Amino acid sequence: MKYVDEFRDEHLARGLAEAIDAAAGRGREYRLMEFCGGHTHAIFRYGVQDLMPPNVRFIHGPGCPVCVLPMARIDHAIALAAQHRVTLCTYADLMRVPASERQSLLKAKAAGADIRMVYSTQDALRIARADPARQVVFFAIGFETTTPPTAVAAKTARAEGLANFSIFCNHVLTPPALRTILATAGPDGVQLDGILGPSHVSTVIGSQPYAFVPTEFGKPLVIAGFEPLDVMQSALLLIRQINDGRCAVENQYTRAVTADGNRKAQALMAEVFTTRDTFEWRGLGFLPNSALRLADAYADLDAEQRFAVDVGPVREVKGCECPAILRGVKEPTDCKLFGTVCTPDNPMGSCMVSSEGACAAYWSYGRFRAPRVS
Amino acid sequence: MNADRRFPIRLDLKHGTVDMSHGAGGRAMAQLIAEVFQVHLDNDLLRQGNDQALFSPPPGRLVISTDGHVVAPLFFPGGDIGCLSVHGTINDVAMAGARPLYLAAGFILEEGYPLKDLVRIVESMAAAANAAGVPVVTGDTKVVERGKGDGVFITTTGIGVVPAGLTISGDQARPGDAILVSGSLGDHGVAILSKRENLGFEVEIRSDTAALHTLVAAMVAAVPDLHCLRDPTRGGLATTLNELAHQSGVGMRIRESAIPIRPEVSAACELLGLDPLYVANEGKLIAICPAERAADLLAVMRAHPLGTAASRIGEVVADPYRFVQMETRFGGSRIVDWLAGEQLPRIC
Repeated sequence: MKYVDEFRDEHLARGLAEAIDAAAGRGREYRLMEFCGGHTHAIFRYGVQDLMPPNVRFIHGPGCPVCVLPMARIDHAIALAAQHRVTLCTYADLMRVPASERQSLLKAKAAGADIRMVYSTQDALRIARADPARQVVFFAIGFETTTPPTAVAAKTARAEGLANFSIFCNHVLTPPALRTILATAGPDGVQLDGILGPSHVSTVIGSQPYAFVPTEFGKPLVIAGFEPLDVMQSALLLIRQINDGRCAVENQYTRAVTADGNRKAQALMAEVFTTRDTFEWRGLGFLPNSALRLADAYADLDAEQRFAVDVGPVREVKGCECPAILRGVKEPTDCKLFGTVCTPDNPMGSCMVSSEGACAAYWSYGRFRAPRVS
Repeated sequence: MNADRRFPIRLDLKHGTVDMSHGAGGRAMAQLIAEVFQVHLDNDLLRQGNDQALFSPPPGRLVISTDGHVVAPLFFPGGDIGCLSVHGTINDVAMAGARPLYLAAGFILEEGYPLKDLVRIVESMAAAANAAGVPVVTGDTKVVERGKGDGVFITTTGIGVVPAGLTISGDQARPGDAILVSGSLGDHGVAILSKRENLGFEVEIRSDTAALHTLVAAMVAAVPDLHCLRDPTRGGLATTLNELAHQSGVGMRIRESAIPIRPEVSAACELLGLDPLYVANEGKLIAICPAERAADLLAVMRAHPLGTAASRIGEVVADPYRFVQMETRFGGSRIVDWLAGEQLPRIC
């Protein structure tokens, strides 16, 4: 496949593996956090860890939108569908995410709620147009990558006067999460030497927003593409920075990311959304200025304002280590539930649901490497 | 004037629709059976006109298999629910190494479904059954209220006879055995998906739906000591290999570079975030045989029109954990796990 196979070439991979092996001095460990679930997925799907020397280790970061969504928001979405009988349109990944009381969107659908899987915001708009008598809510999630399409949907609905369409907004911002990880790193938190920075997010926001990583926290960051060769080359760039005692934002993903990012997309986001004072992240807690809601000018499209819901207290699953795993402090295999009661078929925590989640990746692709449970 | 005196006025196969009386057991149902089902599926056993078909089985061990078909959309590139319901059950019977003999078909029709589309489906079934030489010898029709079905559901049951000397079963894989596939993977699932809501592809990907019994017959004739056969339908290659590994108590190692996947299927999967190893097939099989027989088996498969792209993809290994592992094209290795959840609903 053109423009894909080139970035999965095994000969180039071998060359890079040799370069990494030569560069990674044996006297020390290189603990590299890949921020995005897309990186995690690539590392496991292509077996990238197999090509690394033992002292180069990937630590999985929180950049999986499904994983960081707190249970309360799924509870809220289920309440929208159940209490207001709206048609809730959602990306498929969210269907199996555990909610309180052993609920999920999938179970709510089976119980009669009108919940539909869509591939894009455009599908949700189409459903709204087809049935003006039904209230259609789009369950918007994701980092800066998926935010511009939601902004376009809001503008389209406004332009068409689609009165039965609204947005349940859960868009979150990458830099505040990165800041939290770094602020809590150290002996009590995650120990890391460098960061593989977001790729698709950076196509929108550019590389500039990461400037604080080297200046405030003294860690190198390399914006890394999602193909396996991208991940390997970025690891090499990080190792070289670490060896040289340098610390800067570098951009490996130059074929898509610029310093300023996509100005048009940024303008769209600024027009339609505004920053929330605070928002809860699974694993990271409430972070100030870390998420978006619809701007006042678009408040009529905000499902949270249109529909009041009655949601009970959140009931987390006891023993679930998703929060520590999302901070990089624990590995999936450190969780007592991993592979015993929590599997992709019966997920207890969000990290076991999405293919970008660390637990699901460990389970689906890397189980043979994990200590075996007898 | 209709030749059949029971039904003075023929069914309106152009504009008519299924109604509740077509499943009620009365004259309307008899007319639907006569003018839609019997006319196309016609054969001696069906013509007996009883609620069952009576025949003497040939000598040997019999196999029976049943399969419900609920695919959406009902018509897709490369096939429709009619031929799919014939191929699917023939294949399940054939995977025992059997020669399929007869099919039975149960139809659940939704009130309001256009008769002209039903005729297309039955014609397609008849064509598939004729081509395969496996007639539909008995059947049943029920009608459910509008909104309680999705057009047409078809359940088919098949019986077949296994030639003497074969022991083909999912529990027969042994460490050292070779694993072969009969051709490119993922075509059916992607073809279905391409016709689902709003996913228009520029390249038309066709379902691989096909009856595999003649391929199987050639394979078992050449390599009667074949250990396992299975068609990787829902859950794809990955799930089927895991089923076989589990049943036989073995592990498997496969090579990504040896697995045939069409570039357009691979591209569609890339775009949609699907893994082609988990996408359904309806005209492919997996064969496991002793390593020393693999070259012969591969040659026989490649000589058959349904096996031209056959490939040896890996080996059975001893592994108490029964893992299926894959050497990636990239040079690493990973587990190929069972399908979790559901990649695509309603594909067959």
